[in-house]
Amino acid sequence: MSELHSVVCVKVVPKSEEIRVDPERMVLVRNDVRSEINPPDMNALEMALSLKDRYGGLVSILSMGPPSFVPFLQVGAAMGADFVYLLSDRDFAGADTLATTYTLAKGIQKLGEVNLVFCGEESADGATGQVPAGLAEWLDMGQLSMLSDIDIDEENSSARGRREIGGGYEIVEVGMPCVVSVHTACNEPRFMDYSRKSQAFDDESVTIWNADDTEADPKLIGIRGSPTVVSGLAEAAVRERRREFIDGSPEEIAAQVSEILRQILF
Amino acid sequence: MVLSIYNAASAADTIWVYLEHDSGVLEGVSLELLSKGRQLADQMGWKLAGVLLGEDIDELADTAKAFGADEIWLGMHPLLEPFTIKAYTKVLYEAVIQGKPSVLLIGATPNGRDLAGRLAVRLRTGLNADCTGLEIERESGVLVSEVSGFGGGVLALIEMGLHRPQMATVRPGVFEALQANNTRNGVVIEIPISLEYEEINTKVLEKVTGEGVDISQAQVLLAGGRGVEGDFGMLTELADLLPGAEVGATRPPVDEGFIERDRQVGQTGVVCSPRVAVCCGISGAFHFIVGVEKADIVIAVNSDPEAEIFQHADYCILGDVSEILPKITACLRTSMEAAGV
Repeated sequence: MSELHSVVCVKVVPKSEEIRVDPERMVLVRNDVRSEINPPDMNALEMALSLKDRYGGLVSILSMGPPSFVPFLQVGAAMGADFVYLLSDRDFAGADTLATTYTLAKGIQKLGEVNLVFCGEESADGATGQVPAGLAEWLDMGQLSMLSDIDIDEENSSARGRREIGGGYEIVEVGMPCVVSVHTACNEPRFMDYSRKSQAFDDESVTIWNADDTEADPKLIGIRGSPTVVSGLAEAAVRERRREFIDGSPEEIAAQVSEILRQILF
Repeated sequence: MVLSIYNAASAADTIWVYLEHDSGVLEGVSLELLSKGRQLADQMGWKLAGVLLGEDIDELADTAKAFGADEIWLGMHPLLEPFTIKAYTKVLYEAVIQGKPSVLLIGATPNGRDLAGRLAVRLRTGLNADCTGLEIERESGVLVSEVSGFGGGVLALIEMGLHRPQMATVRPGVFEALQANNTRNGVVIEIPISLEYEEINTKVLEKVTGEGVDISQAQVLLAGGRGVEGDFGMLTELADLLPGAEVGATRPPVDEGFIERDRQVGQTGVVCSPRVAVCCGISGAFHFIVGVEKADIVIAVNSDPEAEIFQHADYCILGDVSEILPKITACLRTSMEAAGV
């Protein structure tokens, strides 16, 4: 195997704790909300970088979105990624998972030989977790999902890791190239390396590709490539509760609550 | 426009449910989806089918029948045990192409998500992930999936026009499983299988299951948020006193590693339906509230009088969790001992 090349797919999302809903207009208020790299994707980047620490090679970051994503992606370069690519075109907009995974796959194919494709487990704003599997299918690659650690066998060109699955785990080995989704919070993403900072935040550090550059089939990107449509929005029905405050000293409150619990349960 | 492998014109009037199993037992979410599928099929006058893949699992077909399946599509092969994504995608794809269901429902478990995500691309169809509600429009047969929007109390309705199958994943606990009816009949249809190891190229070297908890079935839920500051021990102490009690958490303590992900409550975690949920130091963001909507009674403890959680609680306690909770535990222990419980 030649030099190990990992690609990390990264999304820039609004910080979840800053999002508010406008109750009148039923829309998400994103004004003044700060963005960040999707936290689970930071775990994916950390796993790729730690593999590079052990085996050498190159790490590329790939994202899709508007040019305003650039400064957030540059954080990844300052953490240690060698190259950063942004797929940016108005024609990519409105993509659901099918079109998104196709577009990312076209970007990855343009990168040449890739051994591992890393993704976060899910995005903080969509939380569907469907991207890694869809990518693996477009790329016709094997897949290791929900990994909390990884090791590679360069001789046999395979990757092995621990999958965290409901109520247990699996140790799975799959041939490379493959797509890896990383279990959220399984590692501590490293800080930026200050010696890399000036280079990482240089205007030239992010390569931007449009739809033509990726040679994507226009029928498969953006809205045209997306089978699903949002047909309506509704306010979530919230169940009415009693909202009765229990007052008193901590001892009095504790006595009342334990009585409530006893009445319900015994 | 992207075209699916087959479309609405050639789809059969059937709803398929992918049946996940572990250690010879169908997963709870599969029973829940069969129950929901049965209800939708009855409304439409459609058939309901369950898809069972594995090795030596034919006995599970009876369970699927009892939970409402008219047909069981059964695929058995040594390479289907244990689950590997490429093998399962291939076999399920071939069965779907043969049966052409209008709707395909899959549990949003780790393996279910992988399978749904990969299969949807192979079929070039849409996938509505983590739905909280499913309806079929009577006239058009279009599946309308309800999903919660990012962070707030907005629901989005998602559908696809002519793409088939209309795929959706649903998390455990969202729908209720009906009672089994062992007198129901169903037909078993065998899926022809050709699989070689080379096309799977995946080895499961070790597998440990059954260690985790299923908090969706808890009778009492003791949930902690940022306000418990990682001290889940005080919740566990109270849980130990109460029958059927489990400790749960909001997402931040899970992300920070204070507690296992199996115990995360809410939109991206588990939807619970306990008799009582005690929410400790939880602010009450919408994506958490979704997870306790089905609780009979909600008790909230929070030191912030403005906390949103108080809008969603039956009993509200303004105070410091680390002071009040141990006192509740002590008080309950004393009164239980006095009563000889």
